[in-house]
Amino acid sequence: MNFEFSEDQNLLREQARGFLADNCPTTVVRKVLNAETGHDADLWRKVVDMGWTATAIPEEFGGLGLGYLELCVIAEELGRAVAPIPFSSSVYLATEALLLAGSQAQKEKWLPKLAAGEVIGTFAMAEGAGRTTAKSIKTRVSGGRITGTKVPVPDAAVAGIAVVLAGHNGGDGGTLCLVELGQGTSVTPVRTVDPSRGHAELRLDGAACEILGREGEGFTLTQTILDRAAVLFAWEQVGGSEAALEQARAYALGRYAFGRPIASYQAIKHKLANMYVKNTLARSNCYYGAWALNANAPELRVAAATARVSATQAYYFASKENIQTHGGMGYTWEFDCQFYYRRAKLLSVAIGSEALWQDRLITAIEQNTAA
Amino acid sequence: MDFSDSPKEAAFRAEAKAWLASNVPSAAELDGLDPLTAAKLWQKRKYDAGWACITWPKEFGGRGASAIEQVIWNQEESKFQGLPGGVFSIGQGMAAPTLMTWANDEAKARFIPKLASGEEIWCQLFSEPAGGSDLAALRTRAVKDGDEWVINGQKIWTSGAHYSDWAILVVRTDPSVPKHKGLTYFYINMKSPGVEVKPIKQISGEAHFNEVYFTDVRVPDSQRLGAVGQGWQVSLTTLMNERASIGAGGSAVGFDSVFKLAQKVEIDDRPAIENASVRAKLADWYCQESGLRYTAYRTLTALSRGAIPGPENSIGKLVGAPKTQDMASFAMDLLEQAGAIRDESLSEEMALYQNTYLSIPGLRIAGGTDEIMANIIAERVLGLPQDVRVDKGIPFSEVPTGGAK
Ligand SMILES: Cc1cc2nc3c(=O)[nH]c(=O)nc-3n(C[C@H](O)[C@H](O)[C@H](O)COP(=O)(O)OP(=O)(O)OC[C@H]3O[C@@H](n4cnc5c(N)ncnc54)[C@H](O)[C@@H]3O)c2cc1C
Repeated sequence: MNFEFSEDQNLLREQARGFLADNCPTTVVRKVLNAETGHDADLWRKVVDMGWTATAIPEEFGGLGLGYLELCVIAEELGRAVAPIPFSSSVYLATEALLLAGSQAQKEKWLPKLAAGEVIGTFAMAEGAGRTTAKSIKTRVSGGRITGTKVPVPDAAVAGIAVVLAGHNGGDGGTLCLVELGQGTSVTPVRTVDPSRGHAELRLDGAACEILGREGEGFTLTQTILDRAAVLFAWEQVGGSEAALEQARAYALGRYAFGRPIASYQAIKHKLANMYVKNTLARSNCYYGAWALNANAPELRVAAATARVSATQAYYFASKENIQTHGGMGYTWEFDCQFYYRRAKLLSVAIGSEALWQDRLITAIEQNTAA
Repeated sequence: MDFSDSPKEAAFRAEAKAWLASNVPSAAELDGLDPLTAAKLWQKRKYDAGWACITWPKEFGGRGASAIEQVIWNQEESKFQGLPGGVFSIGQGMAAPTLMTWANDEAKARFIPKLASGEEIWCQLFSEPAGGSDLAALRTRAVKDGDEWVINGQKIWTSGAHYSDWAILVVRTDPSVPKHKGLTYFYINMKSPGVEVKPIKQISGEAHFNEVYFTDVRVPDSQRLGAVGQGWQVSLTTLMNERASIGAGGSAVGFDSVFKLAQKVEIDDRPAIENASVRAKLADWYCQESGLRYTAYRTLTALSRGAIPGPENSIGKLVGAPKTQDMASFAMDLLEQAGAIRDESLSEEMALYQNTYLSIPGLRIAGGTDEIMANIIAERVLGLPQDVRVDKGIPFSEVPTGGAK
């Protein structure tokens, strides 16, 4: 047993942090937020050049063939930088869906393009309010044509392909489809609480598609895709949460009230201590998740939900209390506190809410204890 | 990073498992023994076979095991419910690391193996009526007399003083300097003339802790740890290890027990576990438990690379104790009106939840209160300013006080 990242992985973290400090200061996030462009194309190109999109893709498909621990390291740093790029959609979701369910031909066709950033992928699951269940999906596929409306779909405006969860009358009630966006598809941007990450409504009007995996297996496959993505999302969340704590700490040390730094008041000290505690627990759970993801261990389902729930809670807490620590300044457009607060909520609903993952965790434990 | 056993670790686990399977005392063997005798029996058996305090060096009764092996051992031993113990945690968890750091070789050889074997039990004479959170405000006096020190004063909340053989003790040797500078650290024999132990009854009705009075108790200077006036630094060694060991100690009330209870009891004719709010709460507690477990493991990885236990360990206590309290309270709610019943023959799991509900407030106070833990994290981990202190830099004898009366 060994509960630490390797030296190489720590080196990768340092490099990633340095790279993002240079290329993704919060001014970059602010630019996207002000212009509502949905992502920063320049940063995306640089991230692709760093090879990050290729991290966990096997070499035979044009990737670097590194493990998921490396991808977790990168995810944490992207989260810390609140990076405005379609990394999670393309890498944690679309790439993972292809790796999990794609045929050899589909992998050969798309993975090298995803690795090289020639194509951005996304994952379309939700159809408006409420949890996506096998029963709730209205999108249908037949004869290689898919019809339906998915909203919100992250990064749909820049994606070349989408993995779409369609309904199915038999099997597990779902079928995963691979859709090339263009003919038969239309994308309408939607505003979200975090305009630094673009979202859209994706309309599918009989668009051509290929089945990913087998018909009637899509709902089950989606659960595995979500488990795997949850670990990576959790690392992003922990990265953001830690950045929020650092920002709160720096401000509290410099801001004086009643002749003392506000950091010397216990209400503020204990608030920050509380952030640290939540972040630490979430991080430790993320370690467990990272290991389970990388080893494809049977513990993945429990580990992913554990990491996800605690990271969601930690980031929400740190991002809201960071604003509180800044007082009126924290509430302004001018200050950076908003980035964490927006991103915390966006990430927390991105692949299912806190309550959904709490429920998944208990279900997984029930299944383990019944077995 | 690898959360599974290496071949060597798997072999160690198998060895530990096998030994435990054939050596854990049976219920029949323990039947009729008082808790102290039972605890000593099990500890001595482990010691004789080399399974006590396994990370300690061989000459002190351990087996020089790694931190990871300690994790494995704890995992395997904790699979056996209701093993006797508990009485050794202060000696092994706090006195021993302090002796290892500060005592001379002769004292180490004399005392540490007997701590491992459980033959001698130690207690911690730190807190006083005038100094709990503010430990350095303690007033018990030691005055030098030749090669000895003469001690007068009172300690309070001393767990296990009534059955302890030895104790670690901090006293004031110089009231004319600021409070942290005038302290000195000793170890003393609890059977010394002039030591008087009086039990204190707790909320739970039991009496695990005591008042300890000193009247002209004589302690040889050779039992001093650290220099005269260095008592605060020596105490910090003890306190760091205290938080590490309290944080690690699990309660029988935890995710597993409350999860099982929720499967068993019903809400509106359906198992409680099907209720969404029950599931959400259990999930949160699971995440906290798991987070604490892996935080502790990560700390162990750091320790095994030569780090010393740091203030980060305060997390275990700060999260663990309130969590246990909330879980006991929640379990009682699941039982509805019957949640109030503490009669062991009538209540779920022999009144585990009710007993825990009554005993757990102590854990949020013992070894540093929640508020002090939060301060430690804020100041020593996050580097935030210390609280404003009106007693800073002035002689202890001039510091204003107001005791618990
Ligand atoms: C079950 C149990 C076993 C114990 N066993 C031992 C033992 O074996 N040996 C031993 O030496 N002691 C022992 N103690 C004593 C324990 O260490 C003290 O009770 C504890 O440190 C708190 O001190 P106090 O009781 O004087 O409370 P106080 O220090 O008076 O605290 C009262 C309240 O004020 C708060 N407070 C105090 N200072 C601050 C501050 N700076 N900022 C914010 N809030 C503050 C506290 O958090 C608490 O809520 C034990 C206590 C218990 C409950």
